[in-house]
Amino acid sequence: MINSKITNKVAISFIRILAGIVVLILAFLVGYILIKGLPYVSWHFLTSPSKSVSAGGGISGQLFNSIYLLVLSLLISLPIALGAAIYLNEYAPKNKFVSTLRNSIEVLSSLPSVVVGLFGFMFFVLKFGFGFSILSGAIALTFFNLPILTSSIENSLAAVPNLQREAGVALGISKWETIIHVIIPAALPSIVTGIVLASGRILGEAAALIFTAGQSSPVLNWTNLNPFSSTSPLNPMRPAETLAVHIWKINSEATIPDAVQISAASSAVLLILVFVFNLIARRLGNVIFKKMTAGGK
Amino acid sequence: MAKKTNLEIVDQLVAETDYDRYIIQLSKKHERAIETKDLTVTYDGLKYAMNPATIAFEKNKITSLIGGSGSGKSTFLRSLNRMNDDVATVGGQILYQGVDLNAPEIDVFEVRKRIGMVFQRPNPFAKSIYDNITFALTQRGKYSRVELDEIVETSLKNAALWDQVKDSLDKSALQLSGGQQQRLVIARALALKPDILLLDEPASALDPKSTMQIEETLVNLKNNYSIIIVTHNMQQAARISDYTAFFNMGKLIEYDLTRKIFTRPKVKLTDDYVSGNFG
Ligand SMILES: Nc1ncnc2c1ncn2[C@@H]1O[C@H](COP(=O)(O)OP(=O)(O)OP(=O)(O)O)[C@@H](O)[C@H]1O
Ligand SMILES: [Mg+2]
Repeated sequence: MINSKITNKVAISFIRILAGIVVLILAFLVGYILIKGLPYVSWHFLTSPSKSVSAGGGISGQLFNSIYLLVLSLLISLPIALGAAIYLNEYAPKNKFVSTLRNSIEVLSSLPSVVVGLFGFMFFVLKFGFGFSILSGAIALTFFNLPILTSSIENSLAAVPNLQREAGVALGISKWETIIHVIIPAALPSIVTGIVLASGRILGEAAALIFTAGQSSPVLNWTNLNPFSSTSPLNPMRPAETLAVHIWKINSEATIPDAVQISAASSAVLLILVFVFNLIARRLGNVIFKKMTAGGK
Repeated sequence: MAKKTNLEIVDQLVAETDYDRYIIQLSKKHERAIETKDLTVTYDGLKYAMNPATIAFEKNKITSLIGGSGSGKSTFLRSLNRMNDDVATVGGQILYQGVDLNAPEIDVFEVRKRIGMVFQRPNPFAKSIYDNITFALTQRGKYSRVELDEIVETSLKNAALWDQVKDSLDKSALQLSGGQQQRLVIARALALKPDILLLDEPASALDPKSTMQIEETLVNLKNNYSIIIVTHNMQQAARISDYTAFFNMGKLIEYDLTRKIFTRPKVKLTDDYVSGNFG
């Protein structure tokens, strides 16, 4: 007979080893990228524009584009996803149609991003004539992002116990007020996690953007804040290569002598950008959560 | 001893010797908190989860609803403040201050403010103790800080929680113990100044000491509120309630003074249930 204590010990050690492997791989990956890339990252690198044939270019435009596109696509997709998730979780009747809808959304969230990119290319770039632009890119990212965000917010809302909804209703507060003031604050930390994960995917996304936001970064005049001017960084109709697309491009068609270094440095910056965004979003989420729920006091 | 003439039998179905059902009616002398006339509830549109129930609850008294699991106690209780609105179809009348609360034109939000409800599992909001009590108020009207402070203090005092939390009103309500949370939830309901308090097994998730505190709280509240409480605890029903109603399989079987239900019930089913020879 096998001693259950020993079985238990073996199982625990096995799980520990598996967890250790995951941590090791991650640490190796992050360490490798940072060690390879960080030596080339400098203030100059971050703040000067990229060059197309000579060495010594930077990534200022790409860095800005990545953040700008992230913010824009979140601005579009977050309200829609929130609304859809609230409807699905709080109001939708439990029938065939709604469950089909829910399943479709889940299927959509595993749609390959290159398909989304091609769709965006055909529809927004060509048919609607938006061209390779921030707008086309933001819409493609929204398509790509919406199902993931909706599903994750819906799950966050579903995790708030029904007791909380009953409590609100029993106090003569309307369902809507209960959702806004009780359910969403309670779900906030988990919603923020969903947004952070989605943002990480957006920042790293290349395939959906190559055909929509384009692969070029025009010369930008940082003091020109008129969004209708072609040299303004805010202009939504200009092409905008992001960091991820930049990394892809210089690796596939290296026309610059320092492609290897720039690619390594860009990867390190992209990684740090994701970390920083992650931290900021969680901090912000925490502050709001504490304000609304008296948590942590 | 209370005079027999105060209470009269209304149920027409009763047999001469052994009653099938026995439901007392309050005489004119007893002020009514709320009463139902042929209240029915169905969840699926086909089968009654509550068969026509006619019962009047006396004002400023505690009434216990007892009966086996699935007998329809919660179903009945939740209908009184229209909590079953989206879940079930409720028929018949619910009379409160001369108005039928079950009528479609009734403002359910107002109903739920007048008729507060406390559930089996404590459900404070993930907010501070203070905000838990003021939240519903500030959603509806304008109150000054002084008024709110005052309401928070009185509600917490009425729920016998003030002394324990007065120095930590801005702490999260989730950090309170289960018994404290349940009293906070009672305070939260009291803050809306309801007439009637409905409680669905409010102490079943609590230890004996917290249970005693809740019971004491309820008995003290009786002077100003009418209380209807669902309980599985026979001793509790006997200890705190003036009237007791016994439900079985979706039917109101017997309704009488608590001491009568527990000493000389008129229906055999009730006798079996209160003496423990039941399923
Ligand atoms: N939301 C619902 N949908 C469908 N049926 C329900 C629902 N709630 C209760 N029922 C049914 O109604 C009947 C009465 O249930 P109810 O919850 O009122 O019983 P109860 O007396 O409160 O029982 P317990 O003591 O276990 O709380 C049960 O048969 C139950 O299955
Ligand atoms: Mg119940």
